[in-house]
Amino acid sequence: MNTLLIRGGRVVDPAQGIDRIDDVFVRDGLVVAVGHGDGQPLGRPDETIDATGLIVTPGLIDMHVHLREPGREEDETIETGTRAALAGGFTSVVCIPNTEPPLDTQAAVEFIHQKAARADTCNVFVVACVSRGREGQELAEIGRLVEAGAVAFSDDGSPVADAELMRRALEYCRMFDKPLLAHEEVLELSRGGVMHEGLVSLVLGLPGMPAAAEDVMIGRDIALAAATGGRLHVMHVSTAGGVALVREAKQRGVRVTAEACPHHFTLTDESLRGFDANYKMSPPLRTAADVEAIIAGIVDGTIDCIATDHAPHAREKKMLELDRAPFGILGLETAVGLVVTRLVAPGRIDWLRAVAALSTLPSHILGLNRGTLRPGAVADITIIDPNLSWRVDVRRFQSKSVNTPFDGWTLQGRAVATIVGGRVKYRLTEAGR
Amino acid sequence: MPDATLDRETVPPHWSHRHLLDLERLTPAEIRLLLDTAAMFKEATGNCRRKLALLTGSTVVNLFFENSTRTRVSFSLAARRLGADVIDFTAASSSLSKGESFIDTAKNLEAMGIDAVVVRHATPGTPHLLANHLAVGVINAGDGPHEHPTQGLLDIFSIREKLGDLTGLTVGLVGDIAHSRTARSNIWGLLKLGAKVILCGPPTLVSDRWREFGIEVSHDLDAIVPRCDVLNLLRIQFERQNTRPFPSVREYAHLYAMTGERLRRARRDLVILAPGPINRGVEVTAEVADCPQSLILDQVTNGLAVRMAVLWLTCGPREHGGPPEKSPRETIV
Repeated sequence: MNTLLIRGGRVVDPAQGIDRIDDVFVRDGLVVAVGHGDGQPLGRPDETIDATGLIVTPGLIDMHVHLREPGREEDETIETGTRAALAGGFTSVVCIPNTEPPLDTQAAVEFIHQKAARADTCNVFVVACVSRGREGQELAEIGRLVEAGAVAFSDDGSPVADAELMRRALEYCRMFDKPLLAHEEVLELSRGGVMHEGLVSLVLGLPGMPAAAEDVMIGRDIALAAATGGRLHVMHVSTAGGVALVREAKQRGVRVTAEACPHHFTLTDESLRGFDANYKMSPPLRTAADVEAIIAGIVDGTIDCIATDHAPHAREKKMLELDRAPFGILGLETAVGLVVTRLVAPGRIDWLRAVAALSTLPSHILGLNRGTLRPGAVADITIIDPNLSWRVDVRRFQSKSVNTPFDGWTLQGRAVATIVGGRVKYRLTEAGR
Repeated sequence: MPDATLDRETVPPHWSHRHLLDLERLTPAEIRLLLDTAAMFKEATGNCRRKLALLTGSTVVNLFFENSTRTRVSFSLAARRLGADVIDFTAASSSLSKGESFIDTAKNLEAMGIDAVVVRHATPGTPHLLANHLAVGVINAGDGPHEHPTQGLLDIFSIREKLGDLTGLTVGLVGDIAHSRTARSNIWGLLKLGAKVILCGPPTLVSDRWREFGIEVSHDLDAIVPRCDVLNLLRIQFERQNTRPFPSVREYAHLYAMTGERLRRARRDLVILAPGPINRGVEVTAEVADCPQSLILDQVTNGLAVRMAVLWLTCGPREHGGPPEKSPRETIV
């Protein structure tokens, strides 16, 4: 028997409607109870964490992470990526299958599970390819991939360009009740683009990716979801138009969910004026009006989740000319700070909404059976200091890559302990601050 | 000196930048200083034909990652007129074909003891990135469709030489604005010196968003020709276009080529510029290119004067108005 008591924290668990100062008891990797009792249910706990002044939440889940392994180990590995997740307060990451080779077979999914078990860090759930080889031609063996443990399907990095294939995928996944995670982009409209098409791209002479490239595809996929009854999850919404489309579809009862990334509610295309490839990502940073629409979408629940689209790239790749540098930004180690700084501290959302976006809803959408501190739940727990002011320093990052424009930013709010299955896997030390 | 508005208030005591990366971030006074310096060089060298031993011992590298003949030759000649040594470096002959990054290439050249890099690249912002990584001066000789500051300066120099102060002049830029670095450098330079700018071309090449800068956008060349003091006819950049922005060259020429017929409806003293290389029959007919109002060949001479001025101000010694102490990672411009 192994017991843990987290004492005196502000426990926030949207699944149970809990937001109060309380204790959390853990025994043998499972939550026993949230409640006062001076340690009574446990007797004398093996370990006690004083969470006074801290927020105690169900373990955070990032449902959009590129771990790069296999194939691009110079950017990130399952071990380094999951260490970054722990340092960022995430007890689970959901890895995206655009690896080399892509995750489109049972063996590939099994490889990820084994590597994750060997790393022994946080939980890793696998999204598998929609199409064989991620080529957008024919369906991958979705049923066999479900058997192997795939939690959802996506060709992310690329859209499913063929509308008929997308329709078949939405229909076919219904029998497994798995969502399709869609990268929404009409490539004909965005080809060659490196940033949002707008006033800034006009001035800089950089080829643009118009908002319409995203909106048109979101519109198409919503229509297909409505027609098939399939489950559509819109990844990394970045446009005001996209938010409006999802909002309207939800009102009509279409089975659609959506996520947004911290960089899309924090930065705008103005950032590209210095030509720094760390600001190059897909979808691109858009305008201040889009940022405001994303935040409004998170506030009213149109956007269900916050996911990072953690996309590591080795330093030398981001030192290339803007058109040759790859798309992508790190996310795991700055997500909590950005959510608190941009959304919670200014009063845009409360902690219940923040935790729902970072834990409850990702678990619900993917059927992970996590994201709560109910008695009997797996004891994945994150403890956050909501007031800690800290300076982002990429030299201290666990990730193998450093491609973040937030280096040097001062953020408020940071995970100080990350507990996976009842075991404390990460604690922020004084030296680490 | 046609420009008579110089005074102590508007002219900086000396040039304060190590680089010339774009015109967007220069002040009107800095642009005037460049133009005045160019005028001084043009006169002192007898229309840029004689040498001045001002940069003797300096080495300028032409680092061209994109094809160029005229600009590269113009920079080389300008550097030699000032007594500097010149090294020409083109991407095809370099380590870049072996996969070396452009930053490494430039750093290697810097380590050989050069004083300035004149860089042309197909990607916007590449000179700005180099400026962040190098301690020597970086001069932008064209970065994709972003800016071509010396071309903008020489166009403005040519206008000023012919018509005097630019304040209140109406300058029409016609053609492929979307893909034109010359257009962007002209736009900022002209606006800062008080000219009115009209952009003209099909909506696929001229964005309405330009209106947000107080610029007039027109799709009807016939309507704007009679109102312009200057027309700058920009080349259609077929090589930069993903998809063709108009149905045919014939249709484009019908709508937007500057023809003799259109010229007859213009003001008699209309000034015509073309940054070249020109596609005769597409942007401009031979009749217009060779007409008396055309400054196309003056532009070439003025290009030398402007580039001498830029090299002198960025590479010259401090006491002569040269750049400040060299330090890497100085804020851009």
